[in-house]
This record gives sequence, structure tokens and C-alpha cells, in this order.
Amino acid sequence: MNRPKWIRVALATLGFLAMGSLVAAEGVTVTISCGSVGKDQTFCKEGAEAWAKKTGNKVRVLSSPQSTSDRLALYQQQLAAGSSDVDVYMIDVIWPGVLGQFFEDLNPYIDPRVKEGFFPSLISANTVDGRLVGLPWFTDAGILYYRKDLLQKYGFSKPPTTWDELFQMAKTIQEGERKAGNQSFWGFVWQGASYEGLTVDALEWIYSYGGGTIVDTKGNITVNNPRAKAALEMARKWVGTISPPGVLSYMEEDARGVWQAGNAAFMRNWPYAYALGNSADSPIRGKFDVTVLPKASTPEGRHAAGLGGWQLAVSRFSKHKAAAVDLVLYLTGYQEQKRRAIEGSYLPTRPALYQDPDLLKAQPFMGRLYDVFVNAVPRPSAQTKKKYNQVSSAFWTAVHNAISGKVDAGMALRQLEAQLKRIKGAGW
Amino acid sequence: MPKGPKKFRLSRFLGQVAFYLLLLAVFAYLVFPFYWAVVSSLKSQQELFQTPVSYWPEKLRWQNYRDVFIMQPFGRNLLNSAVVAGLTTLLALAVGSFAAYALGRFRFAGKRPIYYGILAVSMFPQISVLGGMYVLIKALGLYNTWWALVFSYMIFTLPFTIWVLTSFVREIPAELEEAAYVDGAGPLQTLLWVLLPLMAPGLVTAGLLAFIGAWNEFLFALTFTVDDKARTVPVAIAFFSGASQFELPWAQIMAASVIVTVPLILLVLFFQQRIIAGLTAGAVKG
Amino acid sequence: MLKRSLQARRARAAWLFLLPSLVLLTLVAAYPLLRTMQLSLYQASILDYPLRPVWVALANYAFLIQDAYWWLSVKNTVIFTVASVSLETLLGLGIAVLVNARFPLRGLMRTAMLIPWAIPTVVSAQMWRWMYNDVYGVINDILLRLGLIAKPVAWLAEPSLVLASIVAVDVWKTTPFMALLLLAGLQSIPKELYEAAHVDGATPWQQFRYVTLPLLKPALLVALVFRTLDALRVFDVVYVMSGTNPSTMSMSVYARQQLVDFGALGYGSALSTGIFFIIAIFTVIYLTVLRVEVD
Repeated sequence: MNRPKWIRVALATLGFLAMGSLVAAEGVTVTISCGSVGKDQTFCKEGAEAWAKKTGNKVRVLSSPQSTSDRLALYQQQLAAGSSDVDVYMIDVIWPGVLGQFFEDLNPYIDPRVKEGFFPSLISANTVDGRLVGLPWFTDAGILYYRKDLLQKYGFSKPPTTWDELFQMAKTIQEGERKAGNQSFWGFVWQGASYEGLTVDALEWIYSYGGGTIVDTKGNITVNNPRAKAALEMARKWVGTISPPGVLSYMEEDARGVWQAGNAAFMRNWPYAYALGNSADSPIRGKFDVTVLPKASTPEGRHAAGLGGWQLAVSRFSKHKAAAVDLVLYLTGYQEQKRRAIEGSYLPTRPALYQDPDLLKAQPFMGRLYDVFVNAVPRPSAQTKKKYNQVSSAFWTAVHNAISGKVDAGMALRQLEAQLKRIKGAGW
Repeated sequence: MPKGPKKFRLSRFLGQVAFYLLLLAVFAYLVFPFYWAVVSSLKSQQELFQTPVSYWPEKLRWQNYRDVFIMQPFGRNLLNSAVVAGLTTLLALAVGSFAAYALGRFRFAGKRPIYYGILAVSMFPQISVLGGMYVLIKALGLYNTWWALVFSYMIFTLPFTIWVLTSFVREIPAELEEAAYVDGAGPLQTLLWVLLPLMAPGLVTAGLLAFIGAWNEFLFALTFTVDDKARTVPVAIAFFSGASQFELPWAQIMAASVIVTVPLILLVLFFQQRIIAGLTAGAVKG
Repeated sequence: MLKRSLQARRARAAWLFLLPSLVLLTLVAAYPLLRTMQLSLYQASILDYPLRPVWVALANYAFLIQDAYWWLSVKNTVIFTVASVSLETLLGLGIAVLVNARFPLRGLMRTAMLIPWAIPTVVSAQMWRWMYNDVYGVINDILLRLGLIAKPVAWLAEPSLVLASIVAVDVWKTTPFMALLLLAGLQSIPKELYEAAHVDGATPWQQFRYVTLPLLKPALLVALVFRTLDALRVFDVVYVMSGTNPSTMSMSVYARQQLVDFGALGYGSALSTGIFFIIAIFTVIYLTVLRVEVD
């Protein structure tokens, strides 16, 4: 007797739940997945909402994992599943080669002159087999943050230009501050966790020693060389002396946590930390400055800044491609990039902005370090294509082994070379 | 009470003290991490990142709990978790109680291999089906929905439910069932009208364990959901990102951790006996 | 005659009752497992759109046999399993014996024992990650105050400590579970046996050694094997605490890295299949050694 009713209730419940899982689509809602480091999320939301207001569309902003490696894995999952949930992706400068096939070619949608407003090197980084898969949103380069007040306090007139100088300064300041009572003080913090960030940090060290870029532009594996070895041995020496042992598990935000609390003399990080360090409630506000990363004291030594930066790409599975492209154009446009540069210290991807008086007034370092930014060293993603992720993972693992003292640097590099050959196989 | 010599009484007293100290130590070890999560979730960013650490917040700061819902889509994650765990439990119980009845009450050829087979599935490493499950879920169009999780969670909830329920069914006296047969009831009626009500404690136990299992699951949720439409709480907590000004949002992570743990603690408080019965049902009887 | 047809009817009913479960389990377990095994014979990248699987026969397995990272992950998993299971058993046994005594607030204690078990692994991993923090972590603070360490330790960064730190989290989470299983075993031991032993003048240790332990053995074995199988497939705690860091990477973490991070559907499936067989061997041993009875 009761059974039919029971079944009816069950069916009704199921129907209700099935409907609940569908998203009601009213007008055009463009979904954008942007970053989550520092204030990325806030800035992304503000920009996207301004566009929505202007065009009468709606936007949905998704959060993504903090670690870039996790984020790439997630995007791969989404795209490989052919998911149309996300229309616009914020992608790392190393991803066009990996994910390119999943993105719409923007060329047919835009005026060819639009491309001329950006740095040509960034446009070419976003071009895969003639397809323009993304537009550069902000660029990034590793820079050295230093405490002006502490340098002065310990009698250093200018920031270090070589790694040896950095080591000496960091050591002096650290010993002094500890004697003064701050037991949590460290000389130098950076990104040493085993993840993509370490690839950039280590590439900077190796390149600054003249040790190349892991895989050269022709695709040859070059990483096993004495200069690279010297670079890794240097970093090994930092851990536990001028850098906390915990640096081996630090990502960008961990390093910034120590730095911004006033517990470090130097930090290697991206420009985003500049605006945050100067925010109203920051204990180090006005006490620090930035400069180019040091170089090796050997004759081959040169300054190196790892190239980072993020692009906006439109998913080929998007159901609102035109609106999505419009959002991308808006966000990468002059005005929005200017706002983000002034308020968030995000580096513009348009050369014209580096001459903008408002911008230079708000962020003087951008003008000062212009050369560093345009000459930043790219990771070998163009040559290793879809295998980049594996190459990078092998590299950061080997580096982590070497700087944590698990194996010596020479051994780590020899093993890495063998492994990279295996990954390369017949070719990249 | 026989009066022992003084020395004996003293050592007995010392023994008692040692016993209670040991108990206290074990208790502290078990609850301290949770205590620490609660304390951290009530601290301000400044206090969180100050050394030496303080063991009690200067001022109880509930803001972190609000932030979890405002700055993260945590409400949606909670809803996803509740719906997925709820549906998983219902489905596992509905399907599993029939199987448990068959396995606990009937004699038939092939019963043993089937029982072993079901047991074996409960031992499956989830990773070993990940690739195939991914392909299947995509093909069924379930990717990034609640149903992908409800469906895939059957792999660990169903065998366990069947197992626990079977051990309960076996305990029910056969006379009741026989009486129903004499009255002319078929197997289905017997199950629905006679056994099911008697199985209620077993259903509660199995249901609780299935719910907790589904609520806590991580690997499938991580792989089969890609955004907040279906993302459950464990994945959300693993991915918690800093929209905060100053630091990694540890206070928010801890607040979220407390929020997801509280329902579980309540379940444990109310159903302690039932849960222990379920956990030990298979194990002790072997 | 009548009895026979009744038997047949009941058997048919039993199969009908089993059908939904069998169908579901075939769909969620057997099919994906076979599909994974099939995929392991191909080379396919989820980064190709559309997917272009290439038949490579056993090439993935040939690669697996000489893959240093695979063997490293096997080694990590075995170390994790042996360390965590033995610690959990010893501690769990101790706690079970302790809690088996009569004392006030015993219910509270049992609830406290269920808390670590009920907390999602991801959450407990996050809680501990915060407690392990090298600068702001409470563990360093406590150890410094007690004078057990001279300066803060980077628990999750020093290669020699990471795995041990992760084991400690698993031990915290699972020891109480172990203790509860053993407690149930303890409570099924008849009181008279202890009384008899007491009369015979046995010391508490002798009682434990000659009464408790032998009678607890079946429960102990089952709990042990369960935990071993569980530990061998560990994923959550390792993934959240240290990601794909090779010095702690478990078999499951490595397989997922290949499958998802590198998009290697074929090779990742070969790894998954490898894990399946390793665990299957243990399961078969379990089922035969313990002879799980159906009736």
C-alpha cells in the first residue's frame, strides 16, 4: 500500500536533486579562474566585475589552489574532461605549450593591431604553432627584496651585487638581530619547497653562474655542468645558515610570511610582494626596497631574473567565447593593467605603461628595473613542450635533493641528466 | 576491604596516581591537535604569527568563521559534502540491505565466492581504479557533479555496508522469519516488514560509517571535481587559498577544519556505542 | 520434492536480492579496474585533444621495472606502513589495556578516542601542518620549553624528518581506532580467567602475557592486517603534508602524479595496476591465513 507513495517521494527527491545540480543560466555568465597568491583573487574579482558592469554580463570568479603545480594539475583535469565550466583561464607563462590545444586561437577574434601593444616576446610565448592561445596579463620576474633600515644599521651602503656579498650581509644582520633578541630572525628567505617555484629559483642561481637553462633552445640537455654544480652547492650552504631549515618547504607565501613579519633581511620573490609589504598594516612598510638578484662572483657571473607571468586564455569548450574574449581584452587592456600595477604592483605586459607618469610615481621600481623585467630568463618550456611538466618536476626534485643535502650536487645533476634523457626519449 | 600493610597501601596509591596521570597524558595527546585548531581559529593574524606562541587567544575572534563563508565558497562546499555523503549513505543502505539479507539468511551455490568477492572489493586500493573510473565518469557525463562522487563512493561504502549489515542479519533469531513464512509472506515481504525494522540498529551503524567515510573521502573528490559546483569540504580545505592580506590564511583553514569536524564529533558523541559496534563487527568476529 | 523447489525458489530470491549490489560493484569496481589494466597497455596523454591512445603492449611495465621513482615510492610506502602499523599496534594495545580498567569518565575517554578517527584525514593533516610550522608551530614551542630541542626544527623540510613527521600524524589518527578494536577484544575475555590467574598468584605482567595476549591474538591479527592494507594505499596524509616530494611520496601519490599531473594515462594506469597486485597479494594472504568464515 505504502510502496507507490514511497517510490513517488523517492523519484520526486531524485528529480529535485538532479535539477539542483544544474546551474541556472540567465544571460551570459562568464566564469574566470584566477590566481590565489597574495591579493590575486581580490584584484581579479574587481577587474572582472568592472567588465561585467560595463557590458551587462555576469562574471563568476573561481578560486584555484595556491601552488602552481596543483593549479596546472587541476586545469589539466578540467580541460581534458572537456569541461565547459570555466571560460577564461589564468595560465602561467610556461603552460601555453602544455595546454595550448585546449585553448581557442584568439587571432580570428581580435584586431591584429591589438597584439602590437604587448611585449613581442610575450606574444611569441603565447603563440603555439601559429595559434595565439592567450594574451599576457601581467609579467613577473624574480627580484631581491632587502631591508633598507637593516642594511644601514649594520653599515652596508648598498644592496649586494654578488651572492657572496649577500651571504656576508645576511649573516652579519642575522647575528646582530639575534643578539638583539629576535631569535626568529633569518638572513635570506626564498622558495625551496619541492614544486615549480623551486625550478625558477634554481634556474636563477644556475643561470647567474653561467650554467645555462637546463635544456638549451635547441633541445639539448645541458644541466649537468660544473657551474650548475657550484650554484647548487652555494644554495646548499644557505640552508640552516642564513636561511631557515624550513625554507625547504617554503612557497611564495611562506617566504613572504617570514619577510613581512619583519623576520628576514632579504627575500627572493615576485613583484606582487612589493605592494603587500607597503600596505597599511605591514610592520615593514617603507623599510624595504627591491633590486636585481645578485650574480656569481666568477667571471661568467651575470644577473638573472626568472621569467614568470600570467596570461589569460579562452577555453575551446567555452559556451560564450565572444564574451570571454571580450573579458580577456578588457582585463589585459591599458587601463586595467594600470590599475593593477598601481594598486597591486603587478608588472604590465605593455611597454607603453612603463612610461606612464602615474605608474612610475606609484611604483618607481618598475621604471628602475625595466631592463631586468624585459631580459628575464625563461624556463625551457618552449623547447620541451608537453613534457615540460615532467622536466620541471625532475629538475626541482634533483635540486631539492641537492640543497637539502640528501645527495651531493654533482650526483644530483648526473642523475637528473640521465632522467631527462629518459623523459626526452626520441625527442621532446 | 582488607587492610594491607602501610607500604602496600602507599604503592597502591602511587599506582593509582600513575594510572590517572597516564590517562590524562593519553587524553591530552588525543584532543590537543583539535584544541589547537580551535585556539588558532580564534586568533587574529597578528597573534597567529607571533613568537613565542600563545596557548589561549588574547581575544576571541569569531571573524575567521565569518570569513570562511564570505571569502571562500565554503557554504557551497559544505552543501556538496552533505548531499554527497547523504545520498551515498542512502544508496549504500538501500542496495546493501538486500544483499546483506541474501548473504546472512540464504543458502545457495556461489555464496562463498560472492562474499569473498565483496570483501576483496573493500580492500581495493582506490588508486587502482582511478584511471578507469575517470574514463567511465567522463563517458557517463557525470564529471564534476555530485553523482560522480556518489557513484564512485560505492566502491568503499557498499562492501562495508553489506559486511556490517550481514553480521547484524545473522544475529536476528530465525523464528521471527519463519513465523512470517508460515503466514505466507514471500522473501521480499519478510525482508521489508519483518527484518528491516529489526535491522534498524545495524542500519544506523552502517549508515554512520558510510556517512563518515563519504564525508572524509579525498582522492576521488580531488580527481572528479574541478570547481565549487561539486567540490567537497576536504578538497576545499586542501586548496584553501590566501585571499588574506598578510599571510597564509591559517586561521581560516583552522576555522574551516573546526566547522567540518564539529558535526562528526556530535555524531560520535551521540552514537558512540553504535559506531564502536560497527567498527568491531567484522573485526572481532572475523 | 517440495523442499527442493522451496530451496530453488529461495536461491533465486537470494540472487535477486544480490543483483543490485553486484551490478553496482561491477560498475564501480570490476569495470574501472579492467579498464585501468587495459589502459596500462597503451600510451596516451590526457593533454592530447582528442585523446590519441597508442598500443604499446608491455612497454609501460618495462619502464616501470627500471623506474627509480616507482621503487622509491614503494620503499617510502613500506617504511610508512611498517613504522605506522607497528607504532599504532603497540600504542593502541597500551591504551586499550589502560582504558579497559574501570574509572570515572570512561565514556568521555572513549569519545575522545573516536575524535582523531572521525576527523577527515585532510583536516588532521592541515592541523598538524600548522602545528609543525618551523617558526610559528606549537610543537617546536613545546619541545623548546621542555628543553628537548635546542633550536626550532623544520619538521616538514628536513628530508630525514618529513616521513617520520607524517608517520606521527597517521599514528595520532589511527592509534585510537586500533585501541578501540583491541578494547572490544579485551572485553570479550571472560573475567573468570583473570580471577583464576590471580588466585594462582600470577603477577599483572604474567596475566597479560599468558592470558590477555593469547586470547587477544585473533583480534590483534585482524586489526594488524586491516591497518597494513590501509597503510599500503596511503594517499591523503602524504599528499596534503608534502605533496609529491619524492622523499615521502607513496605509491598512490606517485601513480596519481603520473595520471593527473603528467597526464600519462597509460603509464599511470600501469602504476595503478602494480599497486593493485601488490595489495592483492596481501589480501589473498589475509583471507587464507585468517580463514574468514562465511557461515
